[in-house]
Amino acid sequence: MTINGEKKELSGRVSLSELLAQEGFRLERIAVELNGEIVPKAAYADTFISEADKLEVVSFVGGG
Amino acid sequence: METMQTERASHMEYMEGMEQIDSDILDKVISARNAYQTYAYTPQDVKNALSAEHLGIEDFAALLSPAAEPFIEEMAKKAQIETAKHFGNSVYMFTPIYISNYCENYCVYCGFNCHNRIHRMKLAPEEIEKEMAAIANTGLEEILILTGESRAQSDVGYIGEACKIARKYFRMVGLEVYPMNSDEYGYLQKCGADYVTVFQETYDSDRYETLHLGGHKRVFPYRFHAQERALKGGMRGVAFAALLGLSDFRKDAFATGLHAYYIQRKYPYAEISFSCPRLRPITTLTSEGEEEVVSVEGEGVSERQLLQIMCAYRLFMPFAGMTISTRERAEFRDHVVGMAATKISAGVSTGIGSHSEEVEEQGDNQFEIADGRDVAEVFAALKERGMQPVMNDYVYV
Amino acid sequence: MGEDKFILGGKEFQSRFILGSGKYNVELIKAAVENAGAEIITLAVRRANSSGEGNIVDFIPEGVTLLPNTSGARNAEEAVRIARLSRELGCGNFVKVEIMRDSKYLLPDNQETVKATGQLTKEGFVVLPYMYPDLNVARDLADAGAAAVMPLAAPIGSNKGLATREFIQILIDEIDLPIIVDAGIGRPSQACEVMEMGAAAVMANTAIATAGNIPLMASAFRRAIEAGREAYLAGLGRVRESGGEASSPVTGFLRD
Repeated sequence: MTINGEKKELSGRVSLSELLAQEGFRLERIAVELNGEIVPKAAYADTFISEADKLEVVSFVGGG
Repeated sequence: METMQTERASHMEYMEGMEQIDSDILDKVISARNAYQTYAYTPQDVKNALSAEHLGIEDFAALLSPAAEPFIEEMAKKAQIETAKHFGNSVYMFTPIYISNYCENYCVYCGFNCHNRIHRMKLAPEEIEKEMAAIANTGLEEILILTGESRAQSDVGYIGEACKIARKYFRMVGLEVYPMNSDEYGYLQKCGADYVTVFQETYDSDRYETLHLGGHKRVFPYRFHAQERALKGGMRGVAFAALLGLSDFRKDAFATGLHAYYIQRKYPYAEISFSCPRLRPITTLTSEGEEEVVSVEGEGVSERQLLQIMCAYRLFMPFAGMTISTRERAEFRDHVVGMAATKISAGVSTGIGSHSEEVEEQGDNQFEIADGRDVAEVFAALKERGMQPVMNDYVYV
Repeated sequence: MGEDKFILGGKEFQSRFILGSGKYNVELIKAAVENAGAEIITLAVRRANSSGEGNIVDFIPEGVTLLPNTSGARNAEEAVRIARLSRELGCGNFVKVEIMRDSKYLLPDNQETVKATGQLTKEGFVVLPYMYPDLNVARDLADAGAAAVMPLAAPIGSNKGLATREFIQILIDEIDLPIIVDAGIGRPSQACEVMEMGAAAVMANTAIATAGNIPLMASAFRRAIEAGREAYLAGLGRVRESGGEASSPVTGFLRD
């Protein structure tokens, strides 16, 4: 699967919340798009990731 | 008269068949008119308005206030500069043609009102054609078609026929007829009409009620929304006016300006213009059949005050057209074109069938005019003053 | 002056200075915000780095309203997507729509901006569109539901000042929404001038970010914006046009 354009190998069946924790993201500072659809924070635990998935994880940065 | 009010129909309620549109402009204009304290402005407010690059509503209010009267010279000079910026030396010429003087309204100040005993007539299409041909022969290319406000005697179809004939002889056709629904304006636009003038007469609702005792015109909001319906119907331009002197003329001029201002903001493509009529005496017939000139009770507006209003309109809306009425004397008219006004009528008669020698019967006049000069005379007077008379500058595409 | 509130998207603000947070170290954000007196700060949305450390939101004082922009969007669709993600980040429903198809001058695409504004308004966002000052487009944005209009003064980051002065004045005069002048303001004096003209607020970023002393420049802008606002409210004094006034009267024809 792909996170922010980088390929990752999945270690078995993994939920979105597990995957984000493994990758070290701070959940309160991010938003997630799975295959182009926003996943609400409340749905992270019940969303499971498969090999073909594309994940975008975004946060705020400085900007004008 | 006030005591009778309860026996008359409410002037705020629509009659059957009158289109209602969704608009907040009436509320905005009337509440601003009610809040306008004409004596609350100081000379400093007037000076600030005169030095502003873009006038706001409060600046406009200051220029219409009594505090601005001593500044008439400065207002006129600034207005002259603004008029030149937007119109150069051009002055547009036109003439009105009255095709019918039947009227269903009872407006106590108007010579055409339905209780006034006058000679009534309406022109048949072939007579309209003869009249228009005679007018076109004077060189004019713009005409303003007027009727008394009678749907029965001058229905939309009749006015439409007049527009079609006018389109053959003129390049610009204005209408000053009773307010109608947007689809009817749409029809008349297709028949050849370009713009619609509706005088609100007064924006003072209570006073309006006592002056318009019967007929469709009694319905204040329907008349108020006429310009908006005309634009929805596809008209290119709309004109606004209060008949100055019917109520507090400063407040009425303020409301007239705001009415135009809000329409312009909502319909930015609309061509906006003002007329600036002062109340004039009317002719009526006595019970013995003698002609008699009657003045309607109202607040007198001096020439100086009229010019103040015209300059305030000009400075508030520098791009708007402005017509100077034949109610005013020739010298006044000649001076205010190019200063504030941009359009002048010539060869005017407010009676019916008076342009062509071939149309014999003549209906009586709506009001007395003060400038009886014909087209050639007005043309020469404008040239004399260094202005450029323009018959029309609109090209149909 | 206590009565002069700036209302945007139903929220009341005292400050009329919107601070951009780009192009400087996050550790200076707090001092910049405090010296600017800013109550609104803009942010961008980008791919997160996995460490999550040094996230800009951690450095923004409590109570400041975040105004995410859609920078990076090249069309309405991308702007809508970024806006939705920004709302998901959980900092309110304000969004500054910013759409550019031109990477040289970074000029906004007005047509796409109108489209995105309409869509995001429908989705409940408080939309502040960044635009090139065109009256017709500003009217379309107002019709599309924008909460304010943000015309540019000069190209982003150029610090060139009020290159579009006449056109911004037209928007201020004609549009019934707050006009927030954004982009190109390089000096406090320019911010002051645009407030004197009647702008509702000023947004600045590069001018502060590239100053020798960021907190001091933030403070200079705050005071300039306040001064301009006060001058606008006071009504500018009368300036006699050069050359004096013509002497011959033009109203001698009046009879009464």
